[in-house]
Amino acid sequence: MRRLGRLLKGGEPFIWLTGSALAFSLLMVAGLLFLILRNGLGFFWPADVWVFTLDDGSRIGGRIAAREAIPEPGAKGPVHLKYRLKVKEGNRDVTGADFVWVDEAKIVKRERPADMVAFERREWGDFYGWAKAVKDGEKVVAEGHGPAYRALLSDLPKAREVRDEARRIEKDEIGSVNYAKEKLRLELKRLELHGVTSGPAVAKLKAREDALTATYDELVKKLDEVRSRLATTVVLETVDGKEKEVPVTQVLRADRPNEMGLLAKAGRYLVGVWSFVSEDPRESNTEGGVFPAIFGTVLMVMIMSLVVTPLGVLTAFYLREYAVQGPVVSAVRIAVNNLAGVPSIVFGVFGLGFFVYFIGGSLDRLFFAESLPTPTWGTGGILWASLTLSLLTVPVVIVAAEEGLAAIPRGMREASLALGATKFETMWRVVLPAVMPSILTGLILAMARAAGEVAPLMITGVVKLAPALPVDGYPPFLHFDRKFMHLGFHIFDVGFQSPNVDAARPMVYNTTVLLLVIVVALNLTAIVIRNRLRKKLRTSGI
Amino acid sequence: METATMTPSPTTPTHAVSMDARSAPASAPAADAPPLIEIGGFSFWYGPKQALFDIDLRIRERAVTAFIGPSGCGKSTLLRCLNRMNDLIDGVRVEGSVRVQGQDLYGPDVDVVDVRKRLGMVFQKSNPFPKSIFENVVYGLRLQGVKNKGVLRDACEKALRGSALWDEVKDRIEESALSLSGGQMQRLCIARALAVEPEVVLMDEPCSALDPIATAKIEELIFQLKERFTIVIVTHNMQQAARVSDETGFFMLGKLIEFDKTDVIFTRPKQKMTEDYITGRFG
Ligand SMILES: Nc1ncnc2c1ncn2[C@@H]1O[C@H](COP(=O)(O)OP(=O)(O)OP(=O)(O)O)[C@@H](O)[C@H]1O
Ligand SMILES: [Mg+2]
Repeated sequence: MRRLGRLLKGGEPFIWLTGSALAFSLLMVAGLLFLILRNGLGFFWPADVWVFTLDDGSRIGGRIAAREAIPEPGAKGPVHLKYRLKVKEGNRDVTGADFVWVDEAKIVKRERPADMVAFERREWGDFYGWAKAVKDGEKVVAEGHGPAYRALLSDLPKAREVRDEARRIEKDEIGSVNYAKEKLRLELKRLELHGVTSGPAVAKLKAREDALTATYDELVKKLDEVRSRLATTVVLETVDGKEKEVPVTQVLRADRPNEMGLLAKAGRYLVGVWSFVSEDPRESNTEGGVFPAIFGTVLMVMIMSLVVTPLGVLTAFYLREYAVQGPVVSAVRIAVNNLAGVPSIVFGVFGLGFFVYFIGGSLDRLFFAESLPTPTWGTGGILWASLTLSLLTVPVVIVAAEEGLAAIPRGMREASLALGATKFETMWRVVLPAVMPSILTGLILAMARAAGEVAPLMITGVVKLAPALPVDGYPPFLHFDRKFMHLGFHIFDVGFQSPNVDAARPMVYNTTVLLLVIVVALNLTAIVIRNRLRKKLRTSGI
Repeated sequence: METATMTPSPTTPTHAVSMDARSAPASAPAADAPPLIEIGGFSFWYGPKQALFDIDLRIRERAVTAFIGPSGCGKSTLLRCLNRMNDLIDGVRVEGSVRVQGQDLYGPDVDVVDVRKRLGMVFQKSNPFPKSIFENVVYGLRLQGVKNKGVLRDACEKALRGSALWDEVKDRIEESALSLSGGQMQRLCIARALAVEPEVVLMDEPCSALDPIATAKIEELIFQLKERFTIVIVTHNMQQAARVSDETGFFMLGKLIEFDKTDVIFTRPKQKMTEDYITGRFG
């Protein structure tokens, strides 16, 4: 008994307790990270492609996605386990499904043909097999697995050029014509609202509209011309001999993974990662990249930071510096702290009602009447979503800033006041710089919270696929009324709303990794700035 | 109260000082001049608690006036009342008057900011801003809207020379003030107060956190500053008061017990209490 008491008093058990708590938390975090990384990052690795011959003579080709024991109902204890393979067969347009389960017991032969090709296509996902022939119209340019593959490879850069050019025409040239047309339409509508339906002004606008329509037709023709520049098609062949002819412009990449060395695979891996972060999504988000979502997430967090920092800091200054401390201020403080516990979807509902419908709707009626009933601001958009998130995160900034203010020694304020500074000058020149690190701490927490939040965004402006980024080349360049894409929502959408969940699963993990990377990057930036400030402000012990 | 301030009654120690000063040939050509600061019938409350009781005191120009007394007797309170730093505390109340060159600091249309510019303050615990040495010194000037870099540099050098810090920091003027030693920091705070050219420098135990060498430096500095500024210093160190000050006030429990020329206070005090305190018999 006495020894136990001494042990407790000595604090040894407490050290163990705290230590194990830490270890447990670390383990959980590490496990989560491991799971995400393992499931996600392997996706870009150009794994070997196999051909399995089954005992009934059929052939299946593709990449091994998983291997698992076949559950045997009723079996007791460890029995002779049987396994099955999950093979990503690709060729969705030919076979109908991406994945197929293969019982290992039925496999009679496994091969890795060196010349087998993995094609990455714009539509219908990957294709595993061979290029049988390359055709230009009816004329066969190359035939046989080897020559056709090489002919295809030599055409790919051109295919890329054509794709880029077509995309540029579509997005930029046709886009700007559409933009101008829309503006004209609105101007006509505005005139109409003022009762002007004819006369020189209307005629002028109409003439301009006709000119634009002509330009538009021209551009469409140009687009067709660009697309026809590369008319070659490639005949793809599956392992069981089925064929499929696709235009070369549809093929993004073609590799022979079984032939690749480690270095080549690593290079291909990096290309894959890069296209993931830099490209637009394809195939209802289950393929391609997530660039718009990255852009939307970062922009939203930035707008949120720009709003939440001044809002939170000003509030904290009022609470700490001006308000008479008493029960009212204490109540406000408690209320602010408790705001952090309100479910985020409630903030979303508030944002929808207040920002979108009330403020946005009023703006539309006042300034954008001509485009009604199509709302401009009266619908979800990146600005409204950011403002909603600012409300959600403002308590964090307030609390952090208030704590910072409380920690500033009175002597520092007195020194400033004694030199003839007013209270405002003291706060502006001395207190604010000194409290900056605390504000940044609050901002770091706020950013981390905001970047991971999805629920309130779903009703205030996030969409599955945004037609345009919120920042582009048309005045006023920043289109904060636009809907946007977001990594968090992307995870939800791809993981749970997509038609092809199996194929999309790696995308879910990779998007998660990316979201984490972005949060860490944003935080690191803020932390570096904060540490710089701290070093500058470091109070020395006398 | 008002009248008491205007014409000090013959019984107040203040009066005794002026009598004494007149007969003393040594220091103070300013002895005949009207005092720079006249405190009359001054009482002060922290909320319900009265901290100062009916203080009457005159502070001469270009002289060092020391406040001594046991802890908690109200020295700092009085000092802080001289540049209205106590306004920052909630629920304080004053009675009586503090006149600087005839103008009542607590008058109705007095600009507090202006008062603090005229009466600079150095605190017990040095409190440099977390900025560069240069920015610390020119802080007050920047507040006054001085932007010219050359003017600021000159003022900074002058103030640092004035506080005997220039030679030690002239090569690192852009470094953080927090990299200075404790004594240097305190001299920096003095320089900062001097840079705005105040009329009076109020010092609240400026040496209490310093070692003897740094203390000696600051005392020497006070001696030099006396040529240009009026100085009021609060100190716990009897020797210091004796060394640097021209006049000394002894406080106890919020009351001014005795005020006289320093050598009078230290050699032949009129009050028994003063004598006890100075000789250390006070308990
Ligand atoms: N902000 C305050 N609120 C309430 N009472 C205060 C406050 N500051 C000081 N006092 C009280 O006023 C009295 C005088 O304080 P003051 O600081 O002037 O003493 P002091 O003579 O400077 O003492 P020390 O030599 O210890 O610095 C003390 O009894 C103290 O408790
Ligand atoms: Mg004191």
